[in-house]
Amino acid sequence: MNFFKQVDLNWMGKAKYFVSLSLTLLAIGVVATIYNGGPTYGIDFKGGTLVTVRFAKPLNEDSIRKDLEGKGLGQITVQTLHDITNPSVNDVVIGLEVKDDSEQSLDAGKMTIIQALQQSFPAPEAGKQDFNTVTASELSDALVQRDPLGLGLSAGDRYKQVAQQLIDFRNKNRNGIVADLGDLSNAGVAPQVVAAVRAAYYPGPLVVEDAQIVGPKVGGELRKQAVYVTLYALGGMLLYIALRFAGDALLRAGGSGGESSGAIEWFLRLIDKGIFGIAAVVAVFHDVLITIGLFSLFHRYFEISLTVIAALLTLVGYSMNDTIVIFDRIRENIRLMRREPFPDIVNRSINQTLSRTILTSGLTFLTVLVLFVMGGPALRSFSFALVIGIVVGTYSSFGIAAPLVVAWNHWRGPKATLVTGSAAGNKPGQVRRVPA
Amino acid sequence: MNSTLKWKAISVATVVLICLYGLIGLPDFPKSLSMLKQNFTQRIKLGLDLQGGTHMILQVQVNEALRQDTAVLADDIMKKLAAKNISSDQPILVSDTQLKISNVPPDRIADFRATAGDYAQTWDLSPAPGELNGYLLTMRQSQIVAVQDRTMTQSVETIRRRVDELGLTEPVVTPYGQGDNEIIVELPGESDPIRAREVIQAGGQLEIRYVPDPTPYPSQAAAISAKNGILPAGTELLPGTAAASGGQPEAGESWYIVDRVPIVTGRDLRDAEPARNTQRPPYFMVNFRLTVEAGRRFGPFTESHINQYMGIILDHRVQTVAVIKGRIEDSGELEGSYTEEQANDQALILRAGALPASIKYLAERTVGPSLGADSIRHGFQASITSLLVVLIFMVVYYRSAGVNAVIALLLNLVILLAALAYFEAALSLPGIAGVILTIGMGVDSNVLIFERIREELRGGKAPASAVDLGFKRAFLTIIDTHVTTVVSAAFLGLMGTGPVRGFAITLVIGLVANLFTSVYVSRLIFDWHLAKAPRQAELSI
Repeated sequence: MNFFKQVDLNWMGKAKYFVSLSLTLLAIGVVATIYNGGPTYGIDFKGGTLVTVRFAKPLNEDSIRKDLEGKGLGQITVQTLHDITNPSVNDVVIGLEVKDDSEQSLDAGKMTIIQALQQSFPAPEAGKQDFNTVTASELSDALVQRDPLGLGLSAGDRYKQVAQQLIDFRNKNRNGIVADLGDLSNAGVAPQVVAAVRAAYYPGPLVVEDAQIVGPKVGGELRKQAVYVTLYALGGMLLYIALRFAGDALLRAGGSGGESSGAIEWFLRLIDKGIFGIAAVVAVFHDVLITIGLFSLFHRYFEISLTVIAALLTLVGYSMNDTIVIFDRIRENIRLMRREPFPDIVNRSINQTLSRTILTSGLTFLTVLVLFVMGGPALRSFSFALVIGIVVGTYSSFGIAAPLVVAWNHWRGPKATLVTGSAAGNKPGQVRRVPA
Repeated sequence: MNSTLKWKAISVATVVLICLYGLIGLPDFPKSLSMLKQNFTQRIKLGLDLQGGTHMILQVQVNEALRQDTAVLADDIMKKLAAKNISSDQPILVSDTQLKISNVPPDRIADFRATAGDYAQTWDLSPAPGELNGYLLTMRQSQIVAVQDRTMTQSVETIRRRVDELGLTEPVVTPYGQGDNEIIVELPGESDPIRAREVIQAGGQLEIRYVPDPTPYPSQAAAISAKNGILPAGTELLPGTAAASGGQPEAGESWYIVDRVPIVTGRDLRDAEPARNTQRPPYFMVNFRLTVEAGRRFGPFTESHINQYMGIILDHRVQTVAVIKGRIEDSGELEGSYTEEQANDQALILRAGALPASIKYLAERTVGPSLGADSIRHGFQASITSLLVVLIFMVVYYRSAGVNAVIALLLNLVILLAALAYFEAALSLPGIAGVILTIGMGVDSNVLIFERIREELRGGKAPASAVDLGFKRAFLTIIDTHVTTVVSAAFLGLMGTGPVRGFAITLVIGLVANLFTSVYVSRLIFDWHLAKAPRQAELSI
């Protein structure tokens, strides 16, 4: 099977479509940033408290918000989580802003939230414990005390097993929260045990599934870490590009009229030397900017956290690949297609590598799409960054980077020559005239 | 040719066996399917976001340890000056590391300098700015660093010992961050952060101080008015616990007047044990022992204060006020209405060492076991689905060369998982994302090679040379594509923490393993097919 037999498209002719697409996306991103005040930041950067509460029965977001208002918590956000792979679960994420109040203990906010929520439910019967927060060892102790199976003193191990069975049923079969203790008869334990549990416990209405509290100090450290990691990774990338494209240069042949003054000419020659690397960097920059712009646009659904930064940095590496592959081919073809116009050489290179580009990006895109759909709420922002990034990163190689090199070559005028260097196995110092 | 192939095949088989052994063969060779599953789940360590647990970032308040040292110096030097009849002012703590002594009599300066000279190794003497006869003693930088290091090391060890007693599997306590005295504590499976904090923090600071007045006062105001409105020099008020004044639970608080400067601190404690309280039979008490160096201070103190009182203070609360019956070198008792279990707990806390300084909580995360199971399920489903999508595509698009790629990809995953197991790296949810990315990016290499081979075949080359040229020409590009991603991921792994690190590690290991499987192993399978097939046979690609 082959999708790509004999492709012969005029990519450079169509470059304007890609560029306008990019400019539109960038504009959308800028507008969204101004309008929405930028992307939302995750708790790693902002600091604060994030509590994921699982309820036995579905609750209205607004009623939760009302319960929490006026408790002196400050700005709170309430969001219901939807999990397509597990629709019976009722999770709500409650967020609090960071308070730089060193007198208060770190988890004061979280405790207030939990208490406020519990108050909105009917009070438990006196003396009964909450079954939904009990641990296996506590449950086993309680069963040993009550001894519903009449096993006598040496029942410790047996009840440990029974308790573990009940806890596993609760955690694995009922998502960690049991709405009605009568349900426990489905757990595969004796009815006397169920009766004993019902006598000693009540089904708590909520369970805290995830509580994250990031104090202002740690939030600041993580922000710094993000900046450093980004700078180092980008620095490493730039170093790699410099080494990789060191052999290539687009030199202007000796003067013929209209030469600009010394310093500017020197600067332009410098760009000539590095145009491939520069184009690759511009493409990568463009990818990252568009992705962040889309995060601003969808700021209600996705947030920028450290893992998203990790995704962006991985994308930078990945987008670089595509660009390098095309540039490699261009270099190879310059040697082979000596007399042809430069845009034609570039077109031919892209066409030759098209199958490889589309296939690999397509497959990676598919895997990342699966991650986005099935990976659960924790990875959603991360996989969103990758989904967008792979698409944009792929087309930026032939839509932005290659046209940039062609445009520069054209602008430099008819005397521009391309020197292919000794990188990637080409013979050193071959000078070919490249008609614009 | 065939024997090189054979050796290559053997080398690949060895790698596969080592990996499989690492995944399912340890700790005991499996004799059944359930044992196999058990081994596997044991070998792959799960991060907190997958198995549930508590994760905390603490900061050790090293300033307190510094301040204690400065206070001890103040005390010492005051006594020495008094002994030599140098009538300067009381030393004042200007900061955690600086003392000021004002109004040194000008005719005794030489003697004063001599006295201060005793401490010259760790303290710097300088004139106090703006004061004619004032001097500053400042802790030397080297000493500050030494105290910080000692405090951090002891805190980490103490917390580690206490956390060990919680009986969790593989708790982690390590210093963290860029030198701001932070510690990370990870408690897999502990879903109650309050209990964890109690165990870590309980009994933070132990001190023994001289108590000039053993009377418990019902309030701070009452204490001050009993002393005519001003506390004696060098003392402060501390609250007691209910048990402090002889074991009778009190309705309200009690306050004690104690010396500011402790004679003995947590750093001087060596051992602690519960014992029956022979004086008050149903109750227990805790015996403790001090280091020899502390004993040398404690001995003279107790000897010169017989029939006076000392207070045993835990976390700035007076636990016990006891009468000093005789010289005590290096052992003492904590008396109180302890039950056996309470005495055990208290001894445990003391034995695990007392924290040399208090700790502040900077961040905390608790993941419930149910959410952890959810995440595992999500990660697992996404991995299997993406793997199937890729595998089906490769086989349909590249026919039996696609099968080649499938084998290489599966081997890649086996190597990746085995590496994680051998390095005991914890798998987190972003780590699983890294595995999925490895699948997606890893298959790139195969596509590159196959497309090149197809190109060569189209150009009219024979299958064997097409395969050869395909691998040769694609090799550099494959290296290129891996290097760029590995470079970014390597920085992430080195400089990131937690889940970001996990993601970077799985991606790097996966891509490096991919180099092996997609080039070496894939080539081997092709060569093997070609060796078996008749000379000009078509290549199924």
